[in-house]
Amino acid sequence: MREVAIVAAGMSRFGELWDLSLRDLFATAALEAMEKAGADHIDALYVGNMSAGKFVGQEHLGPLMAEAIGLSGVAAGRVESACASGGLALRAGFAEVASGMSDLVLAAGVEKMTDGADVTEVLATAADQELEAYHGVTFPGLYAMIARAHMQAFGTTEEDLAWVSVKNHRHGALNPKAQFRREIKVEDVLRSALVAEPLRLLHCSPVSDGAAAVLLCPLDQARKYTDRPVKLLASGVATSSMSLAGRADPAFLDAVQRSAERAYKMAGIGPGDVQVAEVHDCFAIAEICCLEALGLVERGKGNQAARSGMTALGGRIPVNTSGGLKSKGHPVGATGIAQAIEIFEQLRDEAGERQVQKARIGLAQNMGGSGASSVTHILGRV
Amino acid sequence: MAGIVGYGAYVPRNRIKTEEIARQWGKDPGTIRRGLLLEEKSVPGLDEDTITISVAAARDAIERAGIDPKKIGAVYIGSESHPYAVKPSGTVLIEALGIGPEVHVADFEFACKAGTEAMFVALGLVESGRVEYALGIGADTSQGAPNDALEFSASAGGAAYLFGTKDPLVEVLETFSYTSDTPDFWRREGEFYPRHGGRFTGEPAYFKHVLSATRGILGKSGLKPADFRFAVFHMPNGKFPLEAGRSLGFQKGQLETGWVVNTMGNTYSGSSPTGLAAILDVAEPGDKILLTSFGSGAGSDSFVLRATKLLVERRGRGRTVRSMLDGPRRYLTYGEYAKFREKIIVNE
Repeated sequence: MREVAIVAAGMSRFGELWDLSLRDLFATAALEAMEKAGADHIDALYVGNMSAGKFVGQEHLGPLMAEAIGLSGVAAGRVESACASGGLALRAGFAEVASGMSDLVLAAGVEKMTDGADVTEVLATAADQELEAYHGVTFPGLYAMIARAHMQAFGTTEEDLAWVSVKNHRHGALNPKAQFRREIKVEDVLRSALVAEPLRLLHCSPVSDGAAAVLLCPLDQARKYTDRPVKLLASGVATSSMSLAGRADPAFLDAVQRSAERAYKMAGIGPGDVQVAEVHDCFAIAEICCLEALGLVERGKGNQAARSGMTALGGRIPVNTSGGLKSKGHPVGATGIAQAIEIFEQLRDEAGERQVQKARIGLAQNMGGSGASSVTHILGRV
Repeated sequence: MAGIVGYGAYVPRNRIKTEEIARQWGKDPGTIRRGLLLEEKSVPGLDEDTITISVAAARDAIERAGIDPKKIGAVYIGSESHPYAVKPSGTVLIEALGIGPEVHVADFEFACKAGTEAMFVALGLVESGRVEYALGIGADTSQGAPNDALEFSASAGGAAYLFGTKDPLVEVLETFSYTSDTPDFWRREGEFYPRHGGRFTGEPAYFKHVLSATRGILGKSGLKPADFRFAVFHMPNGKFPLEAGRSLGFQKGQLETGWVVNTMGNTYSGSSPTGLAAILDVAEPGDKILLTSFGSGAGSDSFVLRATKLLVERRGRGRTVRSMLDGPRRYLTYGEYAKFREKIIVNE
């Protein structure tokens, strides 16, 4: 396998972007990445996208997006793993470059969610239709059950969940591309409307439009495009039971653990070596469970991480310095790439007010559904 | 100069409180009251509809004008809730008020700006000399689906404006319209309740059109916000008109008189016209007034008005808006409200 580097990144703003269509969003991010690298071609394009078919009635994104950036003819296709589609697109690009099949690959993610579709219904397609969705459960409902299970097992409280949102909004307020650039207080979270008990509105990530793209090439060719490449040390993908009921413990995200173990092994590091991480906080409880599954905290201790300041900027392992899905926004197919971009910028000292000093190794973990799929990438400073 | 020679408004006496609706759906009333600035809303009685509201408002308009209704050459009612899909509301109104039959009648529809649309056309006809007097009315028994955010605001009421060129109570100094294809809120034929694009109804719809129309009329008239004593903007909730006013440079004191939404609700086509009526109830001669409506779909009509001495003399001939908003009210339970709004399925 060849060593692979990320040499450039591009990202649209995240938010309710009424004036930008699916292809506009993609082109904004993709062209920014190519322009930064000074690249006039690519060998292949992977587009991570969860459900453009249901959100805006558009499938077949490979040729559409290649054409949108003036590269019609290039090898291109869509990659899907629900909300982990972006992470899986990065994995596909990584494998393609590492294998020697291509030298320059654009791995991107895009989602247009605010064009009138019933978002709750579309997102529910990431649950098990026969065992879950047909019975009426929605994603807030599934994560509410995970939260209840965690509360029962470890005494986690609504306030513990609120601290995750407060921390991520504090980070997101510093991110010019975030959907919600404002801080919130614990009381605001606890006063916000109930969505699915015990989850309140401010425990939940928003509905967003957005796109993100990174350009990958072999590490030994990276200097052609940038003087500060970031190495992709590892990629781990894992799956678990689609339905929550099929898992040994609903409060434990075993696919996340497996994807992390594979990534740690490939990188030759352990969780203690990670200095900055982006994890999949689609709901506040998800960040708590992901921290535990990634081994960044002891099992059952995830609920104290945000409250104690450990995962805040300045803490032992800053988590979701971008604002996370909660504050930065969650255009589902774009999220996995956007997470990798935050780590890329951190490792290039480009994160501005969000910069984690001297970070050399960072982790990005992207999750599909209620945790049935997970993709973990580890990036390292060169 | 053409102007308003008579005006009138009507708000039904039934009310339902925000708390009562929120309780029904397990929502936090405090969040809605703080977020949308809505305390209660008017509800039509079982025997009230757009036509009865229009008749009640137009009767006061004719009374204040002191003219023979036979001289009215055009009648336009703008509404989202005309009782019939086919058959005009205006024909019932002219019979009730002794107008016509030598009169031009039409019903207008443009979501929440159908009322100012009727006013705009009525004004144009009297300005051109085509008719001596023309009546423009905005009235609604607004629809909002149960458990939709609209249910907290959709209410009943309206206002009528009689335009003419002799003895105006209020002069019309300028008008401006701003329209684009922006599908933020709609109801298809045969559907009971409108659908809407959530926050899309805000920035790209309400604010874009209200701010553009208002900036347009300020530019066209050479006036600035400080030149006005009063301003009223369409009131889909309590928050939007205050935000629009603030961002245009109007002060709270200029906005509060016409801001009737917190206890009236959103009377759709009747919203900004009723706010204007509340202003005319207290305006002094020479006061300049700005009115900007908004209708989804989307567009805004803007008017610059100036009160005359006659307004003060004549306004006592009709009811004030505040007398109806603050006067005798009947508070409904959600059950009574559901019955009045015919949300309960009963056998024929």
